[in-house]
Amino acid sequence: MRTYALYLVRRFAQFILVVFIGINIAYLITHLTPVDPVEQAISSVTMFGQSSPEMVEVMRKTLRELYGLEGSAWEQYVSFWRRMATGDFGPSLSAFPTPVSTLIWQALPWTLGLLVSSTLIAWIVGNFLGGLAGYYRKNSLLKALGILAMSLQPIPYYIVAFILLVVFGFLWPVLPISGGAEMNIDRQGFAFAASIVKHSILPALSLVLVGLGAWFIGMRSLVSNIVTEDYVTYAELGGVDRRRILFSYVMRNALSPQLTGLALSLGAIFNGAIITEFVFGYPGMGTLLVRAVNAGDYSLVLGITSVSIIAVASAILVIDIIYPLLDPRVARS
Amino acid sequence: MMKTVRDLFRYNLEFALGAILILIVFGFAAASFFSPYPPMDSYVVAPDVPPSWAYPFGTNSRGQDVFWQLTLAIRNSLLFGLSVALMSRILSLLIGLVAGYAGGITDRILMTINDTFVVIPLFPILVLFFFMMRDNMSWPMLAVAMASLGWPYDARLIRSVALSLRTREFTAMSVFSGMSTRQILVEEHLPYVLPIVFSTTLNNMNWSIGLEVTLSVIGFTNIETPTIGTMIYWANQHTAMVAGVWWWILFPVVLVIMTFLGLYLLSVSMNEYIDPRSRLTRMGGQA
Repeated sequence: MRTYALYLVRRFAQFILVVFIGINIAYLITHLTPVDPVEQAISSVTMFGQSSPEMVEVMRKTLRELYGLEGSAWEQYVSFWRRMATGDFGPSLSAFPTPVSTLIWQALPWTLGLLVSSTLIAWIVGNFLGGLAGYYRKNSLLKALGILAMSLQPIPYYIVAFILLVVFGFLWPVLPISGGAEMNIDRQGFAFAASIVKHSILPALSLVLVGLGAWFIGMRSLVSNIVTEDYVTYAELGGVDRRRILFSYVMRNALSPQLTGLALSLGAIFNGAIITEFVFGYPGMGTLLVRAVNAGDYSLVLGITSVSIIAVASAILVIDIIYPLLDPRVARS
Repeated sequence: MMKTVRDLFRYNLEFALGAILILIVFGFAAASFFSPYPPMDSYVVAPDVPPSWAYPFGTNSRGQDVFWQLTLAIRNSLLFGLSVALMSRILSLLIGLVAGYAGGITDRILMTINDTFVVIPLFPILVLFFFMMRDNMSWPMLAVAMASLGWPYDARLIRSVALSLRTREFTAMSVFSGMSTRQILVEEHLPYVLPIVFSTTLNNMNWSIGLEVTLSVIGFTNIETPTIGTMIYWANQHTAMVAGVWWWILFPVVLVIMTFLGLYLLSVSMNEYIDPRSRLTRMGGQA
């Protein structure tokens, strides 16, 4: 128990570090680039009509306060962190006066739902099939699956999502290609849930298709290495049921590197989810981010970036916490 | 060298396929130097002409020849991937070799930072970068930004190789004969990690080209530089699919998929070649 506690402390320290470095990168980008977000916002406002110089000056001062750009570099840095800690990113400029945090809270469940379900499906199915392919090397169906996995794996999320969009949007329009649920529908009950599932099929499918390949290939090579171990040969000679060898002896051992892999690739999967959301107009963080950039909404962009970093770091922390339960060796080392 | 390549072609189907795909893609990129007109000038040819003998890939709604524009676009995309990969190699080599050789507390610190960078979601950060730069965003700047964020995965790989080199006798030998740390890393350890550096270079190119395509397609790069991503961006802006100008979308997508597959297959076969056990199995021996 003590080792588990120690392990948790170490993982939590890593979590703090990820958030710290990530937010600092965001700070550096927003404060070291030559472009002033305040001047940009002002120019986009004054573009459409005359404003008196005094009004522009008032606007400039208000915006600088709003964005935390007042005071010395150190004061700005401290106030930046205070805003992060309290989750107060100020009001959104494009949806004034709704606070940025409200917009993010509305979008976050969509992203989480899509991300968690598609990642779980891809991880479980990919590992299962990959394990089979590593154990039954001669099976031609599994070999064909391996080729398919290899050809899908290197293709970026955007391209796969875009191809699905073209196929199901133009060539064979059977599934909804945009939005998170039907617009004019009672926002509760079975019909609403069904609509959500139906709308999430294409975005989830593109995430699963890309993700599946990596888990498949990784598991296949892990299993085909473990199969040559002496203890597996011994079990086979001892007449242990083949299925039992594969699932309890071989695949269970191969799962722990795959779980580490999942924790390490969550950042990349999150990137993929954001992009996929944008392609399918899914009402999550990705669509919100693109809209915020196009609307020139500084607080919203910064807010989404920060929340993304914290969200990914937390997800990894969750994996780290349950990891020793699946593989007791981890906490002991 | 030639013998190695010949063997790879013979015994390794992935290598043969990857090499052929990449040769086609590079040949395509090289063709950009023979373009009959500046590929980015608009209305040099009749707009929206379907693929024909005169225009093998058709022309787009901006009156540009898709074939010649694509040659320039793929050249830029490859160049982009290559420059990001080379720049980030410097960082990953430096950090990987030092961490592996120094070991102990240096290794722990470097790898903790490394693991932090691995998991930070880069896409929102690059979008934030674009948001701040806007019109000042240029192609080299994006390359530098991505290179400074894209090193950690490979640094860990290089470190694992360097870690095993540290305990080898020749390392102790070099230390006793008075070589400096820099000399040991560059002259003794670097040659051992080069094969793995090469295969990570290919992977990193895939990663950076993919990210560049994604950012461009949304319009979050300098959209005036022709790359595969910006080509798709402009096609989407002109709603090419709805307008029936499918060749404007199809050919860039096919070519970029060929690039990804080719680079990926090459790196997979490189990895297999580096690992003697899998090479032996492939050649029909017993592992």
